[in-house]
Amino acid sequence: MSALLFEEPLKKVTAEVQEYVRMLGQTYRGLVRGPYYRHDIVDQFDAIGVQSMTVVLLTGFFTGAVLALQSGQTLDQFGARPVVGRLVSASMVKELGPVLTGLMLSGRIGSGIAAELGSMMVTDQINALRALGTDPIRKLVVPRILAGFFMAPVLTVIADFVGILGGWIVARFQLQVSSGVYWSSILQGLYMQDIWMGIIKPFVLGFVIVSIACHVGLRTKGGTQGVGRSTTNSVVAGSVAVIAVDFFITRILFSVLY
Amino acid sequence: MLQAPEEPVIKFEHVRLSFDDNVVLKDVSFTLPRGHTKLILGASGSGKSTILKIITGLLRADSGAVIVNGHRVDQMSEQEMMPVRADLGMIFQEGALFDSLTVRENVGYKLYEESAMPIDEAHRRVEEVLGFVGMAEFIDRMPSALSGGQRRRVAIARSMAFKPGVLLYDEATTGLDPITATTINEEVVKLRDLEEVSSIVVTHQLRDAFFVADNMARRNHDGSVEILEAPPSKQDEACFLMLREGVIVFEGNAAALRASNDPYIRNFLS
Repeated sequence: MSALLFEEPLKKVTAEVQEYVRMLGQTYRGLVRGPYYRHDIVDQFDAIGVQSMTVVLLTGFFTGAVLALQSGQTLDQFGARPVVGRLVSASMVKELGPVLTGLMLSGRIGSGIAAELGSMMVTDQINALRALGTDPIRKLVVPRILAGFFMAPVLTVIADFVGILGGWIVARFQLQVSSGVYWSSILQGLYMQDIWMGIIKPFVLGFVIVSIACHVGLRTKGGTQGVGRSTTNSVVAGSVAVIAVDFFITRILFSVLY
Repeated sequence: MLQAPEEPVIKFEHVRLSFDDNVVLKDVSFTLPRGHTKLILGASGSGKSTILKIITGLLRADSGAVIVNGHRVDQMSEQEMMPVRADLGMIFQEGALFDSLTVRENVGYKLYEESAMPIDEAHRRVEEVLGFVGMAEFIDRMPSALSGGQRRRVAIARSMAFKPGVLLYDEATTGLDPITATTINEEVVKLRDLEEVSSIVVTHQLRDAFFVADNMARRNHDGSVEILEAPPSKQDEACFLMLREGVIVFEGNAAALRASNDPYIRNFLS
């Protein structure tokens, strides 16, 4: 009885994973062998990278600021207020920068991609592309995955920087820590391994967010209701994947880098 | 593969397709000779649109053979289908225009993106086909700014821009008012008779199907195009095919369809 209960959901999950892996295989073939749609690649770098700047700047800045505010109180208990910069920078660069940027991208980019591709599915535009001799993977998925893969690290570095900047403003004007102490504690506390970890993670997270969104979008069925469902699924799956993948990469990078 | 002129452009042999327990096509066989028209009638869900999707390789038959221009498309991969699709134009239900592109970019999509045609030549071809369907003045509009009938005409222009030998119309007039539907039907007739395109027209609108079967287009000496009643020999080039629950229940010309005593067909015609 219990086996039967799990049979259908298991079949569905297996089919989804199979289709996702198949899409990744087709994407790989599209990456190594043309045709390449250069205009679409440039457009997606703009849509995913440049147009996500505002949300990433705001998120990074306020996260750094609130981190300094909260940790300043706690550090006071140990008389360690001057090392607030070290705490902010380590947290932002290693963990909060990549994860929060990933979550923001999942909300902004993941939902957008799933809704756009989902609408194209239910209005036969994807079939029209195929009928006109265009491979939708090469035309729609490859440019988005390239943009997600390369722009997520750029956005993360920007989020890290403005986060540290936000922390400095709080440290300087609220916690009364001098600028020199704040910035020197950052330089002393940040190691090369931390920077590598902060750079490598967003490559993987960008790829995961966009590939999930493309997969969900291209599997859309059921008219406008289906598009809504796909958009929600993309954000939920993308956000959970960001947190889960972050844990596993952190574990791997710890054993490789440190 | 070179094809003999007398060979049919499309041939279905005992095609069957099902989705899980739902059998969409049971045992469908027909041929479309070059330059002829096949009018596929049937109620919603009878498998009409599925036939077009199988021809273009958007769906794959479970069994049977599907031959398009001499190629066995039911055994081809997506990549192998691309050259076959170069001779197939398809007009989807609701048009399926690309929302993010202008009318010009939609119509010239294949020329701009998938061919080596010089840009000026592609522009000229786009303007020519938009003129053919009477949409030249809408060239810079976005699809969202067009009416339903205009979208279908742009979709027809898009499918004919690269000069395919076969055009597949999937419910091209459904949901349109009679005047706009007649305009679309005239485009179908003009493409068939002036551009020598073989066509499959899927519809459940009897009026539109009979219009395409009973009329022909002729270009006058002054270049104007006239739609007039076709002679019986020309009418015989339009073959009706009626589907019922995935099975062909009638195949023949307009006169034979009108004369049929089959209760289902009588009911459908009434």
